[in-house]
Amino acid sequence: MSTQKPAKQIHLAAHFPGVNNTTVWSDERSRSQIAFSSFRHFAQNAERGKFDFLFLAEGLRLRETRGLIHDLDVVGRPNTLAILAALAGVTSHIGLVGTLSSTFNEPYELARQLSTLDHLSRGRAGWNIVTTSDAFHGANFRRGQFLDLADRYSRAQEFFDVSSQLWDSWADDAIVADTESGEFVRTSGLGLVDHHGPQFDVTGYATLPPSPQRHPVIVQAGDSPDGRDFATSSADVIFSRHADYEAGRAFYDDVKGRLDAVGRPRDSLKILPAATFILGDTHAEARERSREISRLQVSPQTAISFLEQVWNTDLSSYDVEGPLPSIDPVVTAEGGAKGRAHVHTDPIATANAWREQAAASGWSIRELVISFAAKHTFVGTPVEVAETINRHVQEDASDGFVIVGNTNPTGLDEFVDRVIPELQERGVYRTDYDENATLHETLGLPPVPSRSTAALASA
Amino acid sequence: MSRTPFHLGVALDGAGWHPAAWRDATARPEALFDHDYWVSLVVEAQAAGIDLVTIEDSFGLQTSGYGPFELRGDEVRGRLDALLLANTIAAQVPGIGIVPTVTTTHTEPFHTATGIQTLDHVSEGWAGWRVQVSGRSHEAAHVGRREIPVLDPARAASGTDEQQTALIRSLFGEAADAIEVARRLWDSWEDDAVIRDVPTGRFIDRDRLHYVDFEGENFSVKGPSIVPRSPQGQPVVFVLAHQTVPYELAVAQADIVGITPHSDEHLEQILGELGDAELTVERRAPEALRVWTEAVVLIEETHESAVAALAALDDLHGSPYASDAVILADTAENVAAQLLRWQQAGITGVRLRPARLPLDLERITRDVVPVLAETGVLERPASASSLRERLELARPSNRYAAELIESAHR
Repeated sequence: MSTQKPAKQIHLAAHFPGVNNTTVWSDERSRSQIAFSSFRHFAQNAERGKFDFLFLAEGLRLRETRGLIHDLDVVGRPNTLAILAALAGVTSHIGLVGTLSSTFNEPYELARQLSTLDHLSRGRAGWNIVTTSDAFHGANFRRGQFLDLADRYSRAQEFFDVSSQLWDSWADDAIVADTESGEFVRTSGLGLVDHHGPQFDVTGYATLPPSPQRHPVIVQAGDSPDGRDFATSSADVIFSRHADYEAGRAFYDDVKGRLDAVGRPRDSLKILPAATFILGDTHAEARERSREISRLQVSPQTAISFLEQVWNTDLSSYDVEGPLPSIDPVVTAEGGAKGRAHVHTDPIATANAWREQAAASGWSIRELVISFAAKHTFVGTPVEVAETINRHVQEDASDGFVIVGNTNPTGLDEFVDRVIPELQERGVYRTDYDENATLHETLGLPPVPSRSTAALASA
Repeated sequence: MSRTPFHLGVALDGAGWHPAAWRDATARPEALFDHDYWVSLVVEAQAAGIDLVTIEDSFGLQTSGYGPFELRGDEVRGRLDALLLANTIAAQVPGIGIVPTVTTTHTEPFHTATGIQTLDHVSEGWAGWRVQVSGRSHEAAHVGRREIPVLDPARAASGTDEQQTALIRSLFGEAADAIEVARRLWDSWEDDAVIRDVPTGRFIDRDRLHYVDFEGENFSVKGPSIVPRSPQGQPVVFVLAHQTVPYELAVAQADIVGITPHSDEHLEQILGELGDAELTVERRAPEALRVWTEAVVLIEETHESAVAALAALDDLHGSPYASDAVILADTAENVAAQLLRWQQAGITGVRLRPARLPLDLERITRDVVPVLAETGVLERPASASSLRERLELARPSNRYAAELIESAHR
């Protein structure tokens, strides 16, 4: 099998272990979820592995199950922007990407914070734009109220547009700092932003000169047609759910086709599915570890809790090693779980589907829950995992992956020790960062022409 | 000499507080947006035993005064977000208080509280918050949530303009609410909430997490915080105040109030007004209020050369520098003598604003600090492991845990 094309280079992101059941806290290697030493270890290890960027989710409210704070998973995390700024101080090359809601922030402030992060990190900032629309999270914010689902993406798009206007409003040469003439800033190099739209009214000058990247790298994670449209127009990276080979190829084909349609180069939008991994010295050992870890990821209480989110009633008397409940879920408008990415919209249908699946496979409650809540994407020897990752990338099922470890903060140490060298040996992954590269450059995104809307001094 | 502790803070802003400081030969105006500049300033302060640094900020491009926004090219314009900058510094410089300015007017109280709390985790116990309100009309236009008329602080203070007085009251009322929300969120996790109990499968004991259920005029916050309780429990809250309404805010909610006396009589008058505020306002902060003074400092070898250096900067700027705080252009010995006079008058600390950065910071650390140290007023608890310990402020117990203990004894 020969091809004229040079091998594609793989792009990898390191996801800080999340506040869900896949992060194993009962393991002895698991350390504090909040101490800075954990974040520093995580970031410096990922940088040792030459990852393109590290990725943090956002906490806006603690998750709840049936009206009570969910207590079975890791709980508590830092403010996203603050911890990324701290990590900028202890790393030099790796990108710093945070999830930040366009619903519970204001563009003037957030655009400035992202510009600050880009200055502080010398061009390594990234923003995973998410939309949030529920009153549950709103209870911690000024907006408070529910944002209509239909307005989520229009708000996100307008938020991004205003942010872009702010980022583009200073000329590259606006800062003069000429001590002789006494001109610090050339005022004609600052454009006044004056935006009035359905969601925002923003009038004023941005507070910072252009940062090294001017715009942070934009990441988008939504999977809906609206989300894909937003990514096609505005994103640099898609954080996708389609790590499976066939689904990955279909998604890749769809998104890159959308790029063709709008005349964007195919390499200007990287597709990175989320992936987990389990390593072993032999394939059989990796399989055994996968089985053990999946049982740590789904404790008996966690298995029951997953069911209770659908059944919306106390199921604690059920044996998790036995069959699923035969009773039907309690259906209320409120539902069982709050603050999660995926909420079950039709509990009766979900319950029926789960019962059928468990019966057909001979699964207990716990085995059923493991089948969807503790799946491991890549299980094998380091060579097997590296080859699988490389195949996905070379055959256009992705441009790389967002890798999540299962313990905090050491979950990716082993990946860096054992898988990264295999990828490097195959010539498909960097052996070092380019000197002074911005995140945009590290990701291999095509250069963008100057975006400044303000006049240059010479113009 | 009394054993009243006397603490030193340094206020960092741009190339220094004088608007022409960036033109000084020792200034680094090209470095103001690079973190190395800021880290080097804080390293200098930390090595000399300065207790804390504050970082200035505003919700928009700098402008002089409170009048209509004016875009000037001859002064430093542009500023990094102070809370983010503080976190970057804290990750690199241990053992010094780091106190960013964050306004309460246009920001989300939840984000501010968790950002400061994160700073406390990153610095391992050295975080503070310099609370500020934004009364500037052009800053309100950055959010478009409400209109703020152009503020005239003199008219507002005189009480002759009802609209202006009401505006000040509402901005500071919102600030009091934002601090209240932050303090509740900081307590919303008990220290021992994480239990990692494998037999029951529980990571936390949720009975040790608490909703804060704050409802105010401008916002409501449900809680709990997303961030576990931080090393200090409650980071240190600093409020700069010049008149009755802000004095009341400080008395209610601050750990430290910064005041700006211009003479001994003025100091007495301010302390009297703070005393009056204590009679009318309920204190909600955990310990007694610390009163610090403020001064802009420009230090040279002789009094005459300091006065001349200030005049030269004023000439470059085209007008004399006016400040809310007293301007001490003098020798290190005379600056130290003024600080000692304040200390003897019962003042517990000072926030010095270097007229020129890094120059006057270096003069403080290398020339003023040794003079003060000789008198013994800079004696500190040995090996303080947090800003609170350094300032001899107790680590507050958790209000929610205390409530539970109380109700159990009822």
